[in-house]
Parts: sequence; C-alpha cells; structure tokens
Amino acid sequence: MLDIFARFGRVGLAALERLGRGHLLLLQILLGLTSLLPRPKLLAAQIHSIGVRTTTIIVVSGLFVGMVLGLQGYYVLSQFGAEDSLGVMVAASLVRELGPVVTALLFAGRAGSALTAEIGLMKATEQLSGLEMMAVDPIRRILSPRFYAGFISMPLLAAMFSAIGVIGGYFVSVGLLGVDDGAFWSQMQAKIDWSEDVLNGVIKSFVFGFVCAWIALFQGYDTIPTSAGVSQSTTRTVVHSALAVLVLDFVLTALMFGG
Amino acid sequence: MQTRQLEITVGFFMALGLVALFFLAMQVSNLASISSDEGYTITARFDNIGGLKVRSPVSMAGVRVGRVVGISYDQSSFEAVVTLAIDPEFNQIPDDSIAKIYTSGLLGEQYVGLDPGGSLESLEQDSELMMTQSALVLEEIVGQFLFSKAEENAMSDEP
Repeated sequence: MLDIFARFGRVGLAALERLGRGHLLLLQILLGLTSLLPRPKLLAAQIHSIGVRTTTIIVVSGLFVGMVLGLQGYYVLSQFGAEDSLGVMVAASLVRELGPVVTALLFAGRAGSALTAEIGLMKATEQLSGLEMMAVDPIRRILSPRFYAGFISMPLLAAMFSAIGVIGGYFVSVGLLGVDDGAFWSQMQAKIDWSEDVLNGVIKSFVFGFVCAWIALFQGYDTIPTSAGVSQSTTRTVVHSALAVLVLDFVLTALMFGG
Repeated sequence: MQTRQLEITVGFFMALGLVALFFLAMQVSNLASISSDEGYTITARFDNIGGLKVRSPVSMAGVRVGRVVGISYDQSSFEAVVTLAIDPEFNQIPDDSIAKIYTSGLLGEQYVGLDPGGSLESLEQDSELMMTQSALVLEEIVGQFLFSKAEENAMSDEP
C-alpha cells in the first residue's frame, strides 16, 4: 500500500525536478544573449538551419491550407449568399489561429525534433563535456544561439504561412470559384484589424517560438545519453511541443479575443 | 565563400518574413486605411442602437467617411450616446445632418448613415447631431405588423 504512495511521490518529485531544471536551463540560455551579441555569425548559422530550411514546408502547407479554407468556406458561405465574405473568413482564420498554430506544430516537427536529436547526440557522444573541458560553456556556445534562432524564425515563418495562405485562398476563391476580386480584398481589409488580429497573431507566434525552442533544447540537454534515450527525447519534444502549443493557444485566444 | 552564401540565404529568409508581415499589414488588414488620430469626433444620441458596435463604419451616400469609436449609455436620458470619428477630409458636413442606423443587407452588420441637412454651418470637433433615427429592430416591426393585421381582421368581422 505504502509502495503505491511512494511511487506517486517519486513520479511527482521527478516531474518537479525536471521542471526546475528546465527553468534553470532557460535562465542560463536567456543570459547567454550577452555572449551571443558580439558574435552574430553563430546566430546566422542557426537561423539558417532552423528557419531557412523550414521555409519550404511552411510555404507549401500555407498555400494548401489557404486553398482548402477557400474551398470549404465557399461551401458554407454560398448557402447564405455571403461568398463575398470569403476573404474575411480565410484571412481571419489564418492570421488569428491557423498561421501561428500550424506553423508551430510544423516547426516542432521539423526543427524542434532536429534540435533535440542534435543536442542529445552531442551529449551522448560527450561533445558537450568536451566543450566544458576546454572551458567553453556549452549552454552559451551551443544552446543559446539555437534558442534565439528559433525565437526569431518562428514569427517570420508564421507570417509567411499566413501571407501565402491568403494568396492561396485568393487563387481558389477568385480564380476557381468566381468570387468578386474587389469584394474579396475590400471586405478583408474592412474587417481584419492590424492590432487586434495581425499583431495578436504575431504575439502568439513569438510565444510559440519561445516555448517550442525551449522544450526542444531542454529535452536534448536533459536526455539520457544513449540511442534509446535520444529517440525517446525526440518523441517527447514533438509531443510536448504540440500539447504546449495547443493549450497555450487556447489560453492566449481567451486572453486576446475572449473579453 | 561558404559563410557568405549562408549569410545571403539568412538575409533572404528574414527579408521574406518581413515582406510577408508587410503584406499582412497593408493588403490584408486595415492598417493602410487607418487615419490615426486625425479628423474630428462628433456625438449622436439614439433611443436604440440595435446591433451597432465600436468600429462600425459611418457613411454618407454610401461612402465611408469615418467609424464608430465609442458607445456609452446616458443614465439620465436613457439614451445611447454614440461617438463617431470622422476622417479629416470630410469637413463640409452640415451640422443639421441626420444620423440613422442602417443595416447593410438583410442580415448584414449595422452602420451609421449620415443624411446631409441644409445648414451652412459645418460639423466640428465635439458637435452633437440633434436629429437621429434609431435602428430598426426586426422583432418590433414584425410585432407591429401582426398587431395591425389582427386589428384589420377585427374591424372587418364587426359589421
């Protein structure tokens, strides 16, 4: 009987410990900005591997998500004779929700998992300890640039996703379904507000970028240094990131648009 | 050469992201048409504003001249006080204009329409529109219609 309680206690304590380690690591990563600023080339290299290489998947999925939104929105709106509002529907759902959320999910799958595997393997092959032996702080040299690269790349990627999605929606609704060209844009411009809709979406994507990069780096840094441990951490990165993004999205949406 | 190519692609990536953001700002949202704090505000009192909301458009002859910036309730006169921001270029609106609340389409959003009066004085900052017409509430109209129909039937049954 007591064994069950002991097990509960162990699980709880381990979770709390991990949470604490995660926040300490985050603090150190954030402080790493001081040594990163004099060497922007480190950041550029990481933006290349995290941001630039994710662009293709973001642009292609944004295009198709926008086109599908156009098709499905037309089906519902045409029943009310409100096809002219298709632009509003496509743009609002992309800018407010789908842009930041889908980008974050793809980002976690494409860049987050790669980050975890990279850091985890560095740990497993004792490269991180090697750096420490040479008096190079691996958090400042390896983790910080990757964190800030993710933090910067994510909003840019989300903006690309939304923009290309709107263009995809435009092609389908105006080109394919015959919605009026002027109504599509003018209704969109009348209803979508810069600070209310677009800026809130950008804030969301900053938060998601922060969280996804943090989870990926922590899982890599905290991994059990074996091949099984690295694979487990990589899976955990994707799962935790997806859950965190979806839950945070609800909280942020309630705060931004709920009131 | 390797670093240079890398830097070029990163720069290209960041520029692309900013262009996308710029596109969202200018083409998708209303940033381009926001006339910031310029222009002037006027107020109008209505018995019933129906479904009018803050940011609803204000139009004259169908042309958008401003938007609703504030809605409040006057406890002493039991009226709704609507604040309208008019864009600066429309500074020749007679001060006896009539503000009416219309609905665009059958189920569309509500907006304030200004019908010009004949006065030579123009509206200025903080001036108040004296003549207003409330929103049409569909339930009231249906109710009145049913009531008059019933009355008609009662009249024709009598003799």
